[in-house]
Amino acid sequence: MNLLRPSQLMSQTDLEIVVEDPTAPEHDSPSVVSSGTVEIVVSLLLLALAATLGYDNWRTGISWDSTGPEPGYFPFYLSTILGGGSLYGLIVALLARRAASETFVTRAQARRVLAVFVPTLLFCLVTQFLGLYVASFLLIASFMRLVGKIALWKSLLTAFLFTAIMFVTFDIAFDVIMPKGPLEAAFGY
Amino acid sequence: MEAFGLLVHGFAVLLTWKTLVLMMVGLVLGIFVGVLPGLGGPNGVAILLPLTFTMDPTSAIVMLSCIYWGALFGGAITSILFNIPGEAWSVATTFDGYPMAQQGRAAEALTAAFTSSFVGSLVAVLLITFLAPMISSFALKFGPPEFFAVYLLTFCSFVGLGREAKHKTVISMSLGLLLAGVGMDTVSGQLRMTFGTAELLRGINFLVAVIGLFGISEILLTMEERLALRGHAASISLRVVLSVWKDLPKYWVTLLRSSFIGCWLGITPGGAIAASFMGYNLAKRFANDPESFGKGRIEGVFAPETAAHASGTAALLPMLALGIPGSGTAAILLGGLMVWGLNPGPLLFVEHKDFVWGLIASMYLGNVVGLMLVLTTVPIFASILRVPFAAVAPMIVVSCAIGAYAIQNAMFDIWLMLGFGVVGYVFKKIGIPLAPFTLALVLGNRAEDAFRLSMIGSGGDLKVFWSNGLVGSITTLAIVLLFWPLIDGLLSRAGSTQGAKPASP
Repeated sequence: MNLLRPSQLMSQTDLEIVVEDPTAPEHDSPSVVSSGTVEIVVSLLLLALAATLGYDNWRTGISWDSTGPEPGYFPFYLSTILGGGSLYGLIVALLARRAASETFVTRAQARRVLAVFVPTLLFCLVTQFLGLYVASFLLIASFMRLVGKIALWKSLLTAFLFTAIMFVTFDIAFDVIMPKGPLEAAFGY
Repeated sequence: MEAFGLLVHGFAVLLTWKTLVLMMVGLVLGIFVGVLPGLGGPNGVAILLPLTFTMDPTSAIVMLSCIYWGALFGGAITSILFNIPGEAWSVATTFDGYPMAQQGRAAEALTAAFTSSFVGSLVAVLLITFLAPMISSFALKFGPPEFFAVYLLTFCSFVGLGREAKHKTVISMSLGLLLAGVGMDTVSGQLRMTFGTAELLRGINFLVAVIGLFGISEILLTMEERLALRGHAASISLRVVLSVWKDLPKYWVTLLRSSFIGCWLGITPGGAIAASFMGYNLAKRFANDPESFGKGRIEGVFAPETAAHASGTAALLPMLALGIPGSGTAAILLGGLMVWGLNPGPLLFVEHKDFVWGLIASMYLGNVVGLMLVLTTVPIFASILRVPFAAVAPMIVVSCAIGAYAIQNAMFDIWLMLGFGVVGYVFKKIGIPLAPFTLALVLGNRAEDAFRLSMIGSGGDLKVFWSNGLVGSITTLAIVLLFWPLIDGLLSRAGSTQGAKPASP
């Protein structure tokens, strides 16, 4: 249905915009983990969280005193609800046959997702030590160059321009101060 | 007609060069956000929120709401030209919009989409103008039990009416309410759920969570898909615009029907996505020749776009009148109100007249300016999609980090954002809805306060929630909605047993 018939192509005077994605994940890539398994793991984690928070609230006080309910009262019952919900989810996931075979993520997809996630993680780490703007420059330049295979000069220029615009917009024009490191300090910011 | 006079005053507040410029900036940024993959209405608004921290509340809300309108307009561009819905609520627009573009009628489809968006929001804004002041003055009589009952109603209707598996909605909501309670307890001053860490003293900020859940996770999800696209470049000529507008009166039934659907679903937490599909399906059902839908029929663009925009706009009504957002983006705007030191709720109409009427006036003006802007600049925005995602993705990551850090000037929040990004990615993939989580996180503290104040007032007796006709009927309605699937099942026992199947988005 989405295919253009030649006659329509001929009459199409508008320019077409075409963007290719050479590294797109293949459709036949093998599954890494099934949705069912992920649901079981998430339910277990939520159950553990509910138990931890429930215990902490119980410690804070879940009963009534002279002024009304104690601070832990409301959240304690919420953690009970969360625990109940995740327990139910766990049972449903364990019983479901169909969902167990559904793919959560394929290997090709996982590779692409990690290609964004790992740089993002590194970006946060660099921000902690060198400041946000240096990290921003490094992230954009390296991501464009290494993941996007874009020409080095384009990558460097884009990264520099974007970072500079952000710096001017936030730190100077709008007075929203970002974390900075030794480089900015050298320039007196 | 008091509303009319106040509205005129609102326009007067608005008509300064500074606000108009901010409005344009907001609209342009919004269209960007709507067009780019991996960015949507809620996270766009959340990321850009820090820009407004140093502004006065009126300018800030004008800019933010214009980002919202812009995002609503922008979603239609990619749906029609590329068959890629920029937003979930534009999926229905692709059904007829893309075939029209293939037939070389892209300009016509775009004009139809923008015009109907405009009509939809206009109807919703009219509703807000006249209904919101009435609801808020009624709500001024509310005490804590009434407020808690209204919060309960919101939460219960999510569980009862949502299309996701019920236990997943419950998980998402209770998790949001729990995380809202982390940090210093507002009533007793005691620390809760901090486990001795100093970083958690501040609590988990709602906006940080939103940026992670919607911004970072969206990029991860986008990368999973094939990002290749091919589409039509289109420019809109005045002749096309006028010819579409000339035919507009012919479709008044469709426009009106979709507007009503949108307004209704926007006020109740049904959302723009449901509204757009419902608008489309009803237009198809009532048409003389339903089979012509999906092949490039202009009504197939009018119907979903009108409904989506009416709904997106109407979602602001409960936020303004009661302090309860009707959509994810409205929830973020509500978070913004709190950052600017305004207390959302019915008192807003009394204490901050300038602000409220400035916002309502900006809805009118923003939509008019937005319509003109988008009609004239479509080719520019369509070509943004030429920018490779490998360049866009890291820029979005950096913007998210800036947004998350700026809220409380805390490095910890950047890590929190990353954590929520992973949580959002996993939740979306296994069908745990994020909207209830967002709503619960932003309303959690207020719901708890209302509950505790009512309990203190009544000496711990739950009967306070049935102590008078008003609060009693709201509470009862909430419980009915919570168990609605069961009640509905009992009522139509003769029917088949389908419908219990969990739908994943």
